[in-house]
Amino acid sequence: MSKLLDFVKKIEPKKGTFVHTLYDGLFTFLYSPDEVTHGGTHIKDGMDLKRTMVLVVIALQLCYLFGTYNIGHQHYVAIGEHTSFMEGFYLKLFFGLGKLLPIFIISNVVGLGIEFFYAWKKGHSIEEGFLVSGALIPLIMPPDIPIWILVLAVAFAVWIGKEAFGGTGMNIWNIALLARVFVFFAYPTTISGDEVWVSGLASTAPGSPVEYGLYHDACNWLFGLFGADGFDAVSSVVDGYTGATPLSLAFQGGWEAVTQVYSESQMLWGAIPGSIGETSKPLIIIGAIILLAVGIASWRIMAGMLLGAVICGMLLNGWGATPFMAVPWHYHLYMGSFFFAMVFMATDPVTAASTNVGKWIYGFMIGMVGLIVRILNPAYPEGWMLAILFMNTFAPLIDHYVIEANMKKRLKRA
Amino acid sequence: MSPKMRKLSLPGLLFLLLFTTSPTISIMAQSSGSENTITVGLFILLALVFISGVMLVSDNLLGLQARRYGIDDLDKDKQGGFLKMFSDKRPDYVDGSFTRLKEGYDIKLKGEARSEIRDAMVSTVALQPPNFIGMSPIPKVVVEEGAEVRAGDPIFFDKKRPEISYVAPVSGEVVGINRGSKRAITEVVILVDVEQRYREIPEIDLASISREDLVKFLLDTGGWPLLRQRPYDIVPAPSSTPANIFVSTFDSAPLAPDQSLILKGQEVAFQKGLDLLARLTEGTVHLGLDGRGAEAPMAFADFNATKHYFAGPHPAGNVGVQMHHVAPVNNVDKAWTLGVQEVITLGKLLTERKYDARRVVALTGDGFSDPHYVRTYQGAKIADLIKDQTNQDGLRIISGDVLSGEQKDEEHFLNFTSDQITIISEGHEYELLGWLLPFKARPSVSRSFPNFLFPNEPLSPTTNTHGEERAFVVTGQYESMLPMDVYPQHLMKAILANDFERMEGLGIYELSEEDVALAEFACTSKQPLQHILREGLNFMREQG
Repeated sequence: MSKLLDFVKKIEPKKGTFVHTLYDGLFTFLYSPDEVTHGGTHIKDGMDLKRTMVLVVIALQLCYLFGTYNIGHQHYVAIGEHTSFMEGFYLKLFFGLGKLLPIFIISNVVGLGIEFFYAWKKGHSIEEGFLVSGALIPLIMPPDIPIWILVLAVAFAVWIGKEAFGGTGMNIWNIALLARVFVFFAYPTTISGDEVWVSGLASTAPGSPVEYGLYHDACNWLFGLFGADGFDAVSSVVDGYTGATPLSLAFQGGWEAVTQVYSESQMLWGAIPGSIGETSKPLIIIGAIILLAVGIASWRIMAGMLLGAVICGMLLNGWGATPFMAVPWHYHLYMGSFFFAMVFMATDPVTAASTNVGKWIYGFMIGMVGLIVRILNPAYPEGWMLAILFMNTFAPLIDHYVIEANMKKRLKRA
Repeated sequence: MSPKMRKLSLPGLLFLLLFTTSPTISIMAQSSGSENTITVGLFILLALVFISGVMLVSDNLLGLQARRYGIDDLDKDKQGGFLKMFSDKRPDYVDGSFTRLKEGYDIKLKGEARSEIRDAMVSTVALQPPNFIGMSPIPKVVVEEGAEVRAGDPIFFDKKRPEISYVAPVSGEVVGINRGSKRAITEVVILVDVEQRYREIPEIDLASISREDLVKFLLDTGGWPLLRQRPYDIVPAPSSTPANIFVSTFDSAPLAPDQSLILKGQEVAFQKGLDLLARLTEGTVHLGLDGRGAEAPMAFADFNATKHYFAGPHPAGNVGVQMHHVAPVNNVDKAWTLGVQEVITLGKLLTERKYDARRVVALTGDGFSDPHYVRTYQGAKIADLIKDQTNQDGLRIISGDVLSGEQKDEEHFLNFTSDQITIISEGHEYELLGWLLPFKARPSVSRSFPNFLFPNEPLSPTTNTHGEERAFVVTGQYESMLPMDVYPQHLMKAILANDFERMEGLGIYELSEEDVALAEFACTSKQPLQHILREGLNFMREQG
């Protein structure tokens, strides 16, 4: 153990160079430092920012596993092969990995690259903020996102959204959602309609062929070694397949239109097209339980958001002017990315309200606004991204009034 | 129901509910095909809310009915009721106000002192100007090196406030006037006589003396510097009158000494001290008592002062927290505080007519091979107290507790108000993937370490920071470590921004370093909160 430490310390590069920043980042990753307290408290809690961030990443792992597999599953459902969930397990898994890994690697390389660069420029150690953003971004992207768009989106989010404001802990808007909103507004033609949610197809129109590349040939060769079937390049999309997400179906024809294509258990467990990590509700809830058990995410925000969405859903049910409005409020929790947004996006402590009362208000407003955007606005299929960014903007205002109230109370007493 | 059982009843009830409802959910989910789990779950939740609502209402109706039958004075504890399961019982012995504080955390450490007081042989003691916040760095020392002093003889005074004399805690020869950087006087060292001689103190009659004369008496005899004024935690100005005076009779900090053990045999002096304090304020002398246990804090239960019981984790014993819940201080309504042993010293000015600065000090922490209490003097030399007591090298010596104490060398002296020395191991060690895999149990308020399952298991901590300093990221953490209606994180930001109005509005006057020490311990971003707070307090004090 100490030999490894000696070796690692021996290769320390010169201070002030970019390589040293890189080394420092990796070193503190490998070893927690030998720093001791001076002034102030003599003992410190075992919890630090690295551990906090990593626990969030751990809570995301089930979503990663399921998301990867679901990419492959949706692909095979579209071409009418292996339509049962566990059929063709290795094919779906490898297909999914072929999509997910590039997205994951690229977003982390770009994001961490910018982060490292600024750490070096400003001469401070690398803060762990991007650890979570880098794990969240792949999960909220459509599986067929072009890599170059992803690069631009991540660079925009980290550069303009974070470093311009002073780095970790200073940003106003959620980094991962900024990347997503960039994709949404900057490339509306590429990333719209039903096509992007199912990957590996030229189009989701019936009869269109699959698109396999070098990666799939390599996989085929690998599978061949074991005598297993590979990816079949002559398949095409089956008749009657649309690839539409439950939300777009509900928008067109209400809950009935949704249930004609997807069953409730399918939507609950997540075997539906959508962004990579958002579909499986039970696994997200397990993540939520992990975060709440270790006390990292705020239960107030989650509860507030659930309450807001439920109340707003009930109100719109009462109105019921369009088929979408008439969709019973509890079914809204099944569709789209409500749970993912609630557990992992709204609870980002930096961009959320920071007072306990403010957290309730903030969560509640996200629930309300998000459902309003989802149901009433025909231009946006899903509301949580916009609702959270909107409330991110207002979080300081909410805090301001909560704190003003506290100050007034104190001054009155004096 | 014992308090322990009551603690169990709520989780137990929830478990029972889950246990009974979960099969129902699954059966209902299967039988009614079109229904689904989430809907059913929500309905069950609604049903639970409804049932609790009914229980609540019937509980109140029961109370109304009881009143109609003339049972006005309902003993809430003896009355059965639904709400009782959720509300905490106030202990039977409470004969004052009772406050249960939720926020905070008890850090359990190894090395609690045994209840045995031994006499310690001390060669030297020192009076240290830096112990008095706000004092000019070079006070006027009125004795020369080599001079003989009696206990209670003036040693130095602050040039800004010459009427307050700081007096010798022991009799003996002044052997050193040590200076630090910029020639600031750091300590005046006295070689302790074997036979203590005391300066004769005039007799006064508390009942008849005017407040003015009493103040003069304290200024002259050295009793005044025992007082501390909140805000700022400074020695109060002789012209000031406190709105209230607070004495906390228990210490909830890690490994803190047991004040009732210290009090034993000094009850008369303690009561006399309280009587003296009552003459100094137009308000009240408040006594903060320990309401945590099932038994009354016997030692302190019978004194004549306004009693307030506090229960809950650390910092429930902090006088600042207690003040916040009884009568919050601000720039106008200042309060004075002092510790149990300081009150005893004040009392002895009257009962024994001498300045008796003997102190009982707890030797705590797992750096001691046999932690116990010692009887010594205010400002005793640390090396004398810990000689042959420590069990290894590479230790940190702290005058005070691990949260708000001050790091000391063996050659240094106990701080003016310290009643505890803590020794723990230094933590100069790298840990492979230490942030991810905890190889060693460590104190933490987070539930991400396995040792959170054994909250009563004492741990041996090190001084390792367990991570590097980062920007404020996590929110709500400080609030959950401070049982006060303040927003510590926003206050800290206001201090860093030098925002005068905000600091005042967010309650900087009510806080002292020891109150935010627990939040500093818990801080994920390892921010130096005590330091920031003191900067803010200094800023406010200079602004007036």
